Amino acid sequence: MRFDGTKDYVATDDLKVAVNAAMTLRRPLLVKGEPGTGKTVLAYEIAKAMGTPLIEWNVKSTTKAHQGLYEYDAVARLRDGQLGDERVHDISNYIRKGKLWEAFTAPELPVLLIDEIDKADIEFPNDLLQELDRMEFHVYETKETIKAVERPIVIITSNNEKELPDAFLRRCFFHYIKFPDRETMQDIINVHFPDIQGILVKKAMDIFYDVRDVPGLKKKPSTSELLDWLKLILNEDMPLEVLQSKDSSKAIPPLHGALLKNEQDVMLFERLAFMAKREAR
Amino acid sequence: MFFNFMDELRAAGITASLKEHLVLLEALEKDVIRRSPEEFYYLSRATFVKDEGLLDRFDQVFSKVFKGIETTYGTQEEDIPLDWLKAVAEKYLSEEEMEKIKSLGSWDEIMETLKERLEEQEKRHEGGSKWIGTGGTSPYGNSGYNPEGVRIGGEGGQKKAIKVWDKREFQNLDNTKLLGTRNIKVALRRLRKFAREGAADELDIDRTINGTAKQGWLDIHMRPERHNAVKLLLFLDVGGSMDPFIKLCEELFSAATTEFKNLEFFYFHNCPYEGLWKDNRRRFSERTNTWDVLHKYGHDYKLIFVGDASMSPYEITHPGGSVEHFNEEAGVTWMQRLTNTYPAAAWLNPVPEKQWGYSQSVKIIRELMNDRMYPLTVDGLSDAMKELTRKQG
Repeated sequence: MRFDGTKDYVATDDLKVAVNAAMTLRRPLLVKGEPGTGKTVLAYEIAKAMGTPLIEWNVKSTTKAHQGLYEYDAVARLRDGQLGDERVHDISNYIRKGKLWEAFTAPELPVLLIDEIDKADIEFPNDLLQELDRMEFHVYETKETIKAVERPIVIITSNNEKELPDAFLRRCFFHYIKFPDRETMQDIINVHFPDIQGILVKKAMDIFYDVRDVPGLKKKPSTSELLDWLKLILNEDMPLEVLQSKDSSKAIPPLHGALLKNEQDVMLFERLAFMAKREAR
Repeated sequence: MFFNFMDELRAAGITASLKEHLVLLEALEKDVIRRSPEEFYYLSRATFVKDEGLLDRFDQVFSKVFKGIETTYGTQEEDIPLDWLKAVAEKYLSEEEMEKIKSLGSWDEIMETLKERLEEQEKRHEGGSKWIGTGGTSPYGNSGYNPEGVRIGGEGGQKKAIKVWDKREFQNLDNTKLLGTRNIKVALRRLRKFAREGAADELDIDRTINGTAKQGWLDIHMRPERHNAVKLLLFLDVGGSMDPFIKLCEELFSAATTEFKNLEFFYFHNCPYEGLWKDNRRRFSERTNTWDVLHKYGHDYKLIFVGDASMSPYEITHPGGSVEHFNEEAGVTWMQRLTNTYPAAAWLNPVPEKQWGYSQSVKIIRELMNDRMYPLTVDGLSDAMKELTRKQG
């Protein structure tokens, strides 16, 4: 089993090695990187490439670690008890499986995506240490131990909002998706827009990397924003000349709404445009 | 050589443990990688480095330990497109130098000159952007890899020109963390005080069972979710002597903002006077009257000052002592007002504790704070939090 990227996803060499290591040794792979560099998509693509189901666990600030294992629905049991339902005698009727349980007992080897683990409480990763290391856990209500039939492929993403504990990190492989260089970006664009004009891409990328180089931007546009922007340009049938105009007074790129997501950034650009205009005078 | 590699990693501050070493060996045994130095580099990087800030250090260690292990690329001259060479050369070499190189003619020499030039560039680049963080944005931004290093690989589509690890693409991500946001957050956790406030949207199982047993029908009780109810006022000293501590303060600040819902922050310079501000760029135009702060935020707020308390004593003790403006009332008056309004208060000082004795102003502030000054270290922070949670008499 080897992952070599897919036709929709351009994987760099170092990413391939990290993914293959995680898949062979069945240890979790922790993926970090700027927002919009394709962390979550990676898990989708691995599942697609391997032809295995993907189990997705989206972590929120209120998510607790045990929710990934199982939940005991006491209220339903209480209600059934009152109604005299027969089901009430078997406690396992009220155990609801979590995503980890699902992944451990899946008939086919799945890819488990734990998305944005840093959103959760700071103790969250610590609570999952044993479960991810040994791939087993104990259900207290039914006194059974759930053990993974085959260790699933676990992909964990983080946006660096919180730092993760060392003990947790020790159990993972780590990959930092760095912002793609022009060459990789070209590949990515070709994958998404196979019919796009070469000159248009070149111009758009010039503008894009220029925008990223502007100091003081609050949110730098990333790959996903470039793709959105290109899609917009194609949809609008924007003539190439608009992109090509070297008029410095037009410092704001056309359809900038797709690239700049922050009113301060737009203002910064307007200010730059104003200054450029004044200098030109 | 492998053990040496681990020792070197640990010496460089990358916490490589036996566990990771065994994982690496296991991966090698299972043939995860094809036998090439690049893939080995990628694999060991994924195994040992768990923080993008350490990637650059890893690159350096790797190149040090495995120096002399030759890779095949970069030596086959036919691999290198001429236009790439020209593009790079134009970028980094002056015309005279180009002429000279042409006369030299050898690829090795050209590469050597280029490399020197690149190194020079990197150094200059780093020196210039070192203090970008002053404006409140971290100097370790997300895009922080060396553009020179990347461009040289990208322009001509020829990745193989420089050894991957020698490119040191992650240079700008390196950081030497003493405290680290995680440690800060764990320390700040002491300050949590849970209270149930707001909308009742959580099932209270105990009361539901009790109620049901009593009533004989399903009697559901709800309660509000637990929230951290601690209210915090953070006063940060900015500018001048605080500049070396910007990184530390940023970490503290980012940890605090994620940890507390009721957090208000204000900036001051050296000593708080009648005006505070929230935005450093508009510190002179958009000031908040300190009286308004005192009136707006109740006594139950906990007050934390962050500052080095290093100034001339007059700035605290005398009216008009401020270095920035004429203050009608002395800093000491304002400090007293603040500590009277907020009984739970602490001063965090980023200056190491053993240097406090040398400064007159630190002594004065310490007295004003009733000795509640703590160094900005993990232990100091814990002590400060302990003090803030102490029952106020």
